[in-house]
Amino acid sequence: MASLTWDAVEMVRRVQSGEVSALELVDAALERIADVDANIGAFLYVDDNGARDAASRIDSDLTREQKERLPLAGIPVAIKDNLVTREMPTTAGSKILEGFRSPYNATVVERLLAAGAIPVGKVNLDEFAMGSSTEHSAYQVTRNPWDPTRVPGGSSGGSAAAVAAGMVPLALGSDTGGSIRTPASYCGVVGMKPTYGRVSRYGLIAFASSLDQVGPFARTVRDAVLLLHVITGKDPHDATSVDVMPTQATVAAVEPSRMRIGLPEEYFGDGIDPKVRTRVDGALETLRGLGATLVPISLPHTRYAIATYYLIANAEASSNLSRYDGVRYGFREAAPDLIQMYANTRSLGFGREVRRRILLGTHALSAGYYDAYYLKAQKVRTLIRRDFEQAFSQVDLIVTPTVPDLPFKFGEREVDPLQMYLTDIFTVTTNLAGLPGLSQPIGLTDGLPVGLQWIAPALQEERILGMAQALESVLPVPSWPMQGGSSQ
Amino acid sequence: MLLSKEDVLHVANLARLSVEPSELQEIQDTLSRVLEYIDLLNELDTEQVVPTSQVVEQHTVWRSDQVEKSLPIALAIQNGPQVVTGMFVVPKILDGGGQ
Repeated sequence: MASLTWDAVEMVRRVQSGEVSALELVDAALERIADVDANIGAFLYVDDNGARDAASRIDSDLTREQKERLPLAGIPVAIKDNLVTREMPTTAGSKILEGFRSPYNATVVERLLAAGAIPVGKVNLDEFAMGSSTEHSAYQVTRNPWDPTRVPGGSSGGSAAAVAAGMVPLALGSDTGGSIRTPASYCGVVGMKPTYGRVSRYGLIAFASSLDQVGPFARTVRDAVLLLHVITGKDPHDATSVDVMPTQATVAAVEPSRMRIGLPEEYFGDGIDPKVRTRVDGALETLRGLGATLVPISLPHTRYAIATYYLIANAEASSNLSRYDGVRYGFREAAPDLIQMYANTRSLGFGREVRRRILLGTHALSAGYYDAYYLKAQKVRTLIRRDFEQAFSQVDLIVTPTVPDLPFKFGEREVDPLQMYLTDIFTVTTNLAGLPGLSQPIGLTDGLPVGLQWIAPALQEERILGMAQALESVLPVPSWPMQGGSSQ
Repeated sequence: MLLSKEDVLHVANLARLSVEPSELQEIQDTLSRVLEYIDLLNELDTEQVVPTSQVVEQHTVWRSDQVEKSLPIALAIQNGPQVVTGMFVVPKILDGGGQ
């Protein structure tokens, strides 16, 4: 009997040894989705038949030896709906892509399939990944499994909620300014944004091309390690992908007592919910207990990061989203002339937040403003990168709270977009600097999860994962929400 | 206000977005508020700082100039909102059809 309480590593072992079939696992995931997702709203599309067929093929067509060569043999996986898939629709959470069917798979999806994983469906996000709460999806709200009156974080809220609620052990998300780490923190799961260039962006619907990265969600560090291993590596289809080896399939051993860990004073100032602070302080104490040396450091340009991020991300977005013009794919609103057709299509097809960001980005790039806004932001981006270079000359890793507060209630930050943007204050810096960042759950406060963020030098994902594993192994075994099913 | 209503309409036209009269005030207010916040960056002297446009230390990526298999036309145009005989149809832009 397949159990969704196993993590992916355990599931793979049992499928490879023949103790359970891939179909049993996929059926268990589909049943769990049918049972609880009406109350969560993680999935925009569930491919019951496709998933069952793929699982049956693994069970019937492959020998034990062949299964042993598949690192994700039979594992049900959820895919954020801004990664294009041939067998399932892709909407990016936007009306402008309603009914769109990609003629090809994203590279990360191809890698999942080649590894024996079973994509069971596409999960919700803020429209075009623009948001921190998943409230900006054109299709549905996704609820936090720990408290359905609260947001799951965003923009990969569907991925985080699906994993936290035990519908799937693994999910893919994307992170442009915190869109993996914020929902991982709010939903109490592990989520990692790899180094820029470590994972192919081919088939990831572009938001801000110099910041976007695809990354894993999981309930355990070792599962995140496994999924990261499958998706990393050079891709000829993405010229910005880095030509280095994939990350290891198993957690690299890290000796905590040899680690110098920086605590940036700018991330531990006022502005942090005292309950989050207490929980984070507890985790830092645990790290000290493991023998790690905690060192106060400074990242002095942190206060400029949100302003820098919203200029660069929106400028790039305004350019990337110009492709949605009602001509080659997606929604079209008819008009007598071409220019009016563009404007009608884009105004009706994009939601309010997306239009707001396109306007801001267009303004930042427009004649007379380019130097004052876009170029200025690119220069401050250099200063933020230098902060990290300076810090990593003193320490091996940096830890911070992932988000300054606990998951907020629906609508709470809708009124003032700036307040929503500030949710990402601790996560945007790593995107601007291109560094790997991970959020791991460190316990509950008032029944809501708190996340700890790790940041490493470029390409040092394994150092983060090793330390996160060391911390996970001494923290209490986490409980999971909705264990009793949808009625709970 | 850092942006006038005329600025908003100008940018909207550049971005090929139409703005309803009922939305104009709200858009002007929120964009101005975000730009006021962004003004924070002017605290920094960046005269001598080199801009960062991307973080990967690589330059032109070369590949051999070989024709590879590409999408069949039928698949490439399958998502078009209006397609006739293998072509995307758009409103007329000549003879008074455009602006």
